[in-house]
Amino acid sequence: MIKQDSDLLLEISDLHARVEDQPILKGVNLTIRAGEIHAVMGRNGSGKSTLSKVIAGHPAYTITSGTVRFEGKDLLSMEPEERARSGVFLGFQYPVEIPGVSNLEFLRVATNSRRVEIGEEELDTFEFEDLVKERLHMVQMNPAFLDRSVNEGFSGGEKKRNEILQMALLEPTVSILDETDSGLDIDALRVVANGVKKLAKANTATVLITHYQRLLNEVTPDFVHVMDAGRILRTGNKELAIELEQTGYDWVDKASKKKVEN
Amino acid sequence: MNSQNPAGEIVSKPYKYGFVTDIETEKIEKGLTEEVVRLISNKKQEPEFLLNYRLKAYKQWLKMKEPDWAGLGYPNIDYQDIIYYAAPKNNQKKASLEEVDPKLLETFDKLGIPLSEQKRLSNVAVDAVFDSVSIATTFKEKLAEDGVIFCSIGEAVKEYPDLIEKYLGTVVPHNDNFFAALNSAVFSDGSFVFVPKGVDCPMELSSYFRINSGDTGQFERTLIIAEEGASVSYLEGCTAPMFDTNTLHAAVVELVTLDNASIKYSTVQNWYSGNEDGIGGIYNFVTKRGQCRGKRSKISWSQVETGSAITWKYPSCILQGEESIGEFYSVALTNNHQKADTGTKMIHIGPKTKSTIVSKGISAGKSSNSYRGLVQMGPKAIGARNYSQCDSMLIGDQAAANTYPYIRSQQPQANIEHEASTSRISEEQLFYLQSRGIGFEEAVSMMVSGFCRDVFNQLPLEFAAEADKLMALKLEGSVG
Repeated sequence: MIKQDSDLLLEISDLHARVEDQPILKGVNLTIRAGEIHAVMGRNGSGKSTLSKVIAGHPAYTITSGTVRFEGKDLLSMEPEERARSGVFLGFQYPVEIPGVSNLEFLRVATNSRRVEIGEEELDTFEFEDLVKERLHMVQMNPAFLDRSVNEGFSGGEKKRNEILQMALLEPTVSILDETDSGLDIDALRVVANGVKKLAKANTATVLITHYQRLLNEVTPDFVHVMDAGRILRTGNKELAIELEQTGYDWVDKASKKKVEN
Repeated sequence: MNSQNPAGEIVSKPYKYGFVTDIETEKIEKGLTEEVVRLISNKKQEPEFLLNYRLKAYKQWLKMKEPDWAGLGYPNIDYQDIIYYAAPKNNQKKASLEEVDPKLLETFDKLGIPLSEQKRLSNVAVDAVFDSVSIATTFKEKLAEDGVIFCSIGEAVKEYPDLIEKYLGTVVPHNDNFFAALNSAVFSDGSFVFVPKGVDCPMELSSYFRINSGDTGQFERTLIIAEEGASVSYLEGCTAPMFDTNTLHAAVVELVTLDNASIKYSTVQNWYSGNEDGIGGIYNFVTKRGQCRGKRSKISWSQVETGSAITWKYPSCILQGEESIGEFYSVALTNNHQKADTGTKMIHIGPKTKSTIVSKGISAGKSSNSYRGLVQMGPKAIGARNYSQCDSMLIGDQAAANTYPYIRSQQPQANIEHEASTSRISEEQLFYLQSRGIGFEEAVSMMVSGFCRDVFNQLPLEFAAEADKLMALKLEGSVG
């Protein structure tokens, strides 16, 4: 089980963020330690995706107050690529298509940028092909996807597998998977879940952002957080996810109202 | 690793060729008259036929109207406010490089075109043109061993007047268009290449055009002839200092291939494009045309157009010889307030002629970028084929891209295919690459080179990587 004294990886304190003039995050607090798996649940528009994008450094969001520390460093002052190289990974809900850029080349450049950061040798094309073949196996992805342009013409499931493949190559310290389970059939969901389980190590942490219980049946979270209106409303263990599945989000409104009144 | 804020640093990166060389220049008075045309011809000690050619063109030009069909919307050019001849003092062609003004050699060194014996590229012969004058041509002797002539056009007029008289103005007639007529009247210098029968030119040939004076028009003339079975690959590069006035550049390039000959002509155009507010920059009005006169001959144009405030050029092929081949591979990139109207004309005359057009336009900032092309199948072009592909990429939401493909066919057994697409580099795509550890600059460059790959693959190897870097440099700060 989780030791309370294991390494602090990500510390989010009173984080407020807006997009254009619209405040979205209104004081998020979250602490993530090595070895933990967190689930963040909540309805559409509760701020789950925004939280993940703010952590990854998406330029559309402005931080109005609060801090995010990653392994003690001020994450918010880093460029998105620096965050990625240091070991923060965001698995996108809707991975974009990038025509003309070869998937294999993209994966190699990305992998090498991370390797350089952690003091490992860059891989040449041949070494990288060996590595990628091995990791492909984990996500049961057809090697033909390596020769295509990044995500171009991929089905929803293929895009998600490509995300997990990137995670497997980059070997991040903290992985945030934004609704990686949405739109997947049960086989694809198992592939994703197995990938997540294999990659979760004692010195890494995973955050699963999801609407549904079904991913959490495959990957058991240590903590479940419920977000609403830009805050974490409640934190519990895996039972909380099951409770949500049964009772829905109606109680959230009451609880949220109460919190505002307080 | 990269600095804290690559995006910010990138925006401030200046045009690195914007310096002016401080050198004594001989200039004539501003303005264009018949006297000026005579004076230019006289300064160059030209034979009678060439003076007559210039005068004929000048008289024709007086009757012509500046074209406005491209809708480029630039302010009127005052043709009497331009100097038509400028040359570094003591510009007699030097017998050896040691005698060339060291300041000029230094200038080309700075531009990355070393001319001195020790530093020059080992497999590329260079003709360096500074303002109106060719200052040095490297490897002339070595090329001469194979019978290849590579020199400035001014020199060719003196040394090989028969070839000049035979070919000059035969592909682009003196009355072809307003800017070609102007060039024919006042052309200054440029390169001349002659590859005799059966010779495969042993090295890449290259001309480097440098504009230095701010108030001087640039009118180069280039003529390349490949005789039966000959082949040559030629590259031109261009830069200019930054001035806040506009400089006119109206060049003419003519290519001729006889039976089984081939010419590959590549351009990397990086004239000063004006500042972020659209002040200054070169007006680039160029007529480039090749004629495949012989059977199975081939002319291939590749261009990377990144500079100039205004670009107006349509490198074309007249496919006259049976089974001759014309190709046009183009990347045109515009940023800030640049305007480019570029494309090609493939005129199929002979039977079984083939042409390929691949055009990639990238528009960023508030620029506008148009592809304009004509594919024409004449009545005798039985079994002729054309394939055209025109793709546009938009960066940001204030840039414009247009495609104007014109097709005329008088031959029912000719085959014409056209494909077009428009795409956009989005913030989401850049963020995706960045969120995988790929820096902003590299991310843009990856996407743009992916888009341009089909064209870059056509460039001579030495310049393909250069073109990639140039594109990345020009685009910096234009996204996000």
